[in-house]
Amino acid sequence: MNGKQMPDAKAYSEMVDRLTPKTPKVKGFLRAFWVGGLICALGQAIGALGGALGLSYQQLPMFSASVLVFLGTTLTGVGVYDKIGKYAGAGSIVPITGFANSVCAPAMEFRREGLVLGVGAKLFSIAGPVLSYGISASVIYGLIFWLTEVIG
Amino acid sequence: MNEFLICGKAFVVGGLICCVGQALLMYTRLTSARILVLFVVSGVVLTALGVYKPLVDFAGAGATVPLTGFGYSLATGAHDAVVEHGILGAFIGGVMQTAAGITAAVFFGLLNALIFRPKAK
Repeated sequence: MNGKQMPDAKAYSEMVDRLTPKTPKVKGFLRAFWVGGLICALGQAIGALGGALGLSYQQLPMFSASVLVFLGTTLTGVGVYDKIGKYAGAGSIVPITGFANSVCAPAMEFRREGLVLGVGAKLFSIAGPVLSYGISASVIYGLIFWLTEVIG
Repeated sequence: MNEFLICGKAFVVGGLICCVGQALLMYTRLTSARILVLFVVSGVVLTALGVYKPLVDFAGAGATVPLTGFGYSLATGAHDAVVEHGILGAFIGGVMQTAAGITAAVFFGLLNALIFRPKAK
């Protein structure tokens, strides 16, 4: 390692800022807004469809979540979601289709490492942290709610 | 109920929530995995504080489809199960409420990963 050539962290971070291709900021927000919004509107329409199929009001969010997850994984499989992601940034990450993508994409990527430790394990490389922290947060909330209900 | 109006509300609110994610992406250099974790936990916390429910009532899928809505489902599930089952409910409700989404992600994710090959970059 040549000490002189190693930029310090700050200089490195400045260099990354300089060299990262910039999506103009306003454009980035507009793209995230309309793509993310459209996915949510689609979810609403799917919910309405579920209602027409006779699902109960409580089941509708689960129904549209499942259908959107199906669409997200399938679009990931055929390689389209990746393109949407490049265009829309967070507009494709934040909706539940982005969660579906984060399950499917690494599993496809690591297929060569085998069906168990490749596909099976990498399904959870991002979903794992999301579920770990999300479920734990819900347990903590449940316990606090139980305590306040019993004591209060 | 005007379905178009409801879809419009979902579009606007969902789009705005995605813009929060976009701001994090552009100004903090958080990875998408961290943004997903942050959104789910935020959803649980905001629901616990009673802030998120009104947003869901107003915007429907605009609030439930973003990952904060996943946190909302986890939290309402835990809440309702505690009411029904007592302390054990804290360990039942979250996963039960989100079971469909989680199972769909695992099942369809696995299926697609087995069927398709990644495109050459």
